[in-house]
Amino acid sequence: MADAAAPVRPPLSHRLSFRIESLVVLLVLCTAMAVLSPYFLSVSNFLNILLATATIGVLAIGATFVICAAGIDLSLGSVLGLSGVVGAIFSVKLEVPWPMALVAGLATGAAAGFVNGILVTRGGIPAFIVTLGMLGIARGLALILTNGQAVYGLDPALVFLGQGRPWGVPMPALVFLLVALVTHWLLAYTRFGRYTLVIGDNEAAARAMGIRVERHKVALYTLSGLLAGTAGILFMARVNAGDPTAGLGYELTAITAAIIGGTNLFGGRGSILGTFIGALVMGVLQNGLNLLAVQSYYQQMAIGTVLIFAVWLDQSSRRRGR
Amino acid sequence: MTLLELDGVQKRFGAVEALRGVTLAVDAGEVVALVGDNGAGKSTLMKTITGVYRPDGGAIRFEGQDITGLEPGAIRARGIEMIYQDLALARQQDVAANIFLGREPVRRLLGVLPMIDRRRIETEALRMVRRLGARLPSVHYEVGLLSGGQQQSVAIARALTFDPKLVIMDEPTAALAVREVEHVLELIRELRRQRIGVILISHRLTDVFAVADRIVALRQGMVIADERAAATTMQEVVAHIVGAH
Ligand SMILES: Nc1ncnc2c1ncn2[C@@H]1O[C@H](COP(=O)(O)OP(=O)(O)OP(=O)(O)O)[C@@H](O)[C@H]1O
Ligand SMILES: [Mg+2]
Repeated sequence: MADAAAPVRPPLSHRLSFRIESLVVLLVLCTAMAVLSPYFLSVSNFLNILLATATIGVLAIGATFVICAAGIDLSLGSVLGLSGVVGAIFSVKLEVPWPMALVAGLATGAAAGFVNGILVTRGGIPAFIVTLGMLGIARGLALILTNGQAVYGLDPALVFLGQGRPWGVPMPALVFLLVALVTHWLLAYTRFGRYTLVIGDNEAAARAMGIRVERHKVALYTLSGLLAGTAGILFMARVNAGDPTAGLGYELTAITAAIIGGTNLFGGRGSILGTFIGALVMGVLQNGLNLLAVQSYYQQMAIGTVLIFAVWLDQSSRRRGR
Repeated sequence: MTLLELDGVQKRFGAVEALRGVTLAVDAGEVVALVGDNGAGKSTLMKTITGVYRPDGGAIRFEGQDITGLEPGAIRARGIEMIYQDLALARQQDVAANIFLGREPVRRLLGVLPMIDRRRIETEALRMVRRLGARLPSVHYEVGLLSGGQQQSVAIARALTFDPKLVIMDEPTAALAVREVEHVLELIRELRRQRIGVILISHRLTDVFAVADRIVALRQGMVIADERAAATTMQEVVAHIVGAH
């Protein structure tokens, strides 16, 4: 054993905050798609993938923060739907200026997340149950508010958020990149991010070292809800409607993307860079299956399989000591 | 000068009365050993001092000020550090991050964006590790990959890095080799020379007699003996612990 004076460099896999495998998977997937479909390797398809990944990607970032702290948020997809519906109702039915509709949608997401956080910390109810309950509540509320009918006729400024293409790049892709940059800084470089990981690693230690664990968890669930709200606005803007069934089952894809990116399902490790790659994997997978005209029923199965496989791979490599 | 005063501290967990009115004082520069059987309440008592548990009754004073019921962060900020029995380390964080846990220095990128100052954490952690003579491969190593003894060194380094006034050690030498145990005992003497108060919990009575000024025995949540180390013997202390008196 060497002395501290002669530092030993830890293995590469420990210095990187994401799994190299996820990058390999992404490259393999892209190569396979390029061979299988002549349309895959085109700029317009690449932008399509980014566009399709944006909603899931923003959602997956929310999932990453919560899972890093050893929590879980199953309500992501439903909160996405509710936020979009609220945004659309404010814009179409209440006819408020578009920035207010935007804020209303985001605030709805944040509020749902805040309620999740309070119930998990103050109520002492497992996150799995709280967010499963919220999954039902938010979806039900979205259906009630709209009578089950999509709300059409958004302000053009809102539609631009989903369909606009400054410099040819879809707006949702730009928003996704911006959100990824900000959250990467937050998770990787700030105290907030480090405490998120430490809480997921050893909650008792975090508390003993003076970290306000409860307050932090409330902030995390609120952030997750806010990101679901952001994804909800993007979705609403892209389809130009407040659809109460928007984001149905998206939590599955979002959590899968986070896990593929190297987020430890049991907390303590994860990165936005990894989740970004994981989201692209899911985007390419869905895009490829679409190009190959595979029915969406099969796509659901594919995503579920990938999730289980990713967790299995992660766990078995951890057991081997990586 | 009295550094820490406990006055009738009580703590219960449901039906279990873990502490039944503990009264105890520690002076600056004094090494107090706390002994007692498994489950006597030693760890619980220390965690009520550090704010991890809120006492159900009694008062805790530090440097003359009431600190009862304060949060762990506020109590650390006043200069009380503890080496926890389970070490309280984040296994997936590296050595440097663990040493600075809860006290990360922050710099501002371009004068605005706050970021944890990693370079400062690394250099200062390295300096501390070297000063303690701890045998660690690198401060960049994930703590979970270290041996039990090495992890204990990290917990010790964390407790000593921020100029504490009182250091509580809950079985700090349980996983250490002979050379490292000697080192910790020497550290405790050094702390005493610097007028820092020390509470040492240990089942190894030879270590206790090697460094302690006073020995306090706890049984079923009560202080049953509080004596000067020089005025008692190992047999007597053992008798207190097992309850033969
Ligand atoms: N968080 C808790 N919840 C419920 N009971 C607890 C808790 N912590 C401690 N106890 C109980 O309080 C009593 C005192 O435990 P404590 O850990 O303080 O003992 P100890 O003196 O440190 O023992 P050891 O020498 O084994 O470390 C025990 O009966 C224990 O079961
Ligand atoms: Mg104990």
